[in-house]
Amino acid sequence: MNIEDFMENFADQFDDTDPSEISAETNFRDLEEWSSMIGLSLLNMSEKKYGVKLTFDELRAAKTVQELFDVIASKQG
Amino acid sequence: MEHPFVIDGKAILVTGAASGIGRATALLCAKMGAQVTITDLNEEALRDTFNNLAGEGHAMVVANLTNDEDLQRLIDGLPKLDGVVCNAGIIKTLLVQFAEKADIERIFDINTVAPMYLTKLLLENKRLKKEASIVFTSSMGGVYNGAIGNGLYGASKAALNGFVKSLALEVASRGIRVNTVNPGITETNIYNNTSITPEQLEQEKAHYPLRRFGKPEEIANAIVFLLSDASKWMTGSSLLIDGGCSLV
Repeated sequence: MNIEDFMENFADQFDDTDPSEISAETNFRDLEEWSSMIGLSLLNMSEKKYGVKLTFDELRAAKTVQELFDVIASKQG
Repeated sequence: MEHPFVIDGKAILVTGAASGIGRATALLCAKMGAQVTITDLNEEALRDTFNNLAGEGHAMVVANLTNDEDLQRLIDGLPKLDGVVCNAGIIKTLLVQFAEKADIERIFDINTVAPMYLTKLLLENKRLKKEASIVFTSSMGGVYNGAIGNGLYGASKAALNGFVKSLALEVASRGIRVNTVNPGITETNIYNNTSITPEQLEQEKAHYPLRRFGKPEEIANAIVFLLSDASKWMTGSSLLIDGGCSLV
């Protein structure tokens, strides 16, 4: 798992947000397209692409793309 | 006073009885004087339900209802039944685009195929008395409304509503009745292993006109009604119990 690949998968969860708007430091809840459904899609993405079942609390604790990457990576062990 | 809201002396099978709606149903049936056979995969929790059943003559069978050998063992040990509550089920919150074939198969195997196949075995092995009542725990979601991430679960439950309509016709000549209960969100541990948080559930609660979720005991009340002679002219029906949720 590397951050570049993760950023690509992360950006895939958005339909109207250009990937260039998303960096590792982006507070993703500030993105205009953010919704609770995208939150669910990130949980599903974590489970299906990285084999990590995140809790909603873990998702909520992550503010930036990097932080989300870090928690998934740490749970991958 | 004589009234038809009774199930005493009836032999009733309850699946998924280790927790939630199944447990509440088993406890209520026993309290009302029925002889209950309870089954679940979770032995420890099932034993706890069993130890709390009032009265005598009950049985517990640890079984995985998706396993043919377990099913046969369950069937072999059953008395002739007056009532069956096909309640065991799982939930999985998954957006459709992330659903793998294995996810779809697992939820349908447990929520849909297992209760259908159990019913087939009960009929084939002549384990149902005349005028028996079969109740399936279906759902509000998938039948009366939808929710994001709930497609697999909703479809697996909606299939049961379709199933009872034809099954009801097939067994009607024997006076056997078949119905579903369709609960809205009920306070069970089925949500424990999902990505749904307590906070989300609180938000969800605000959509319920009665301002709260259901209690397992309240769904059990409806199931017992369908098991009892009080519902003797109901078959092929769906009983919605949702605190008004699907109205809004």
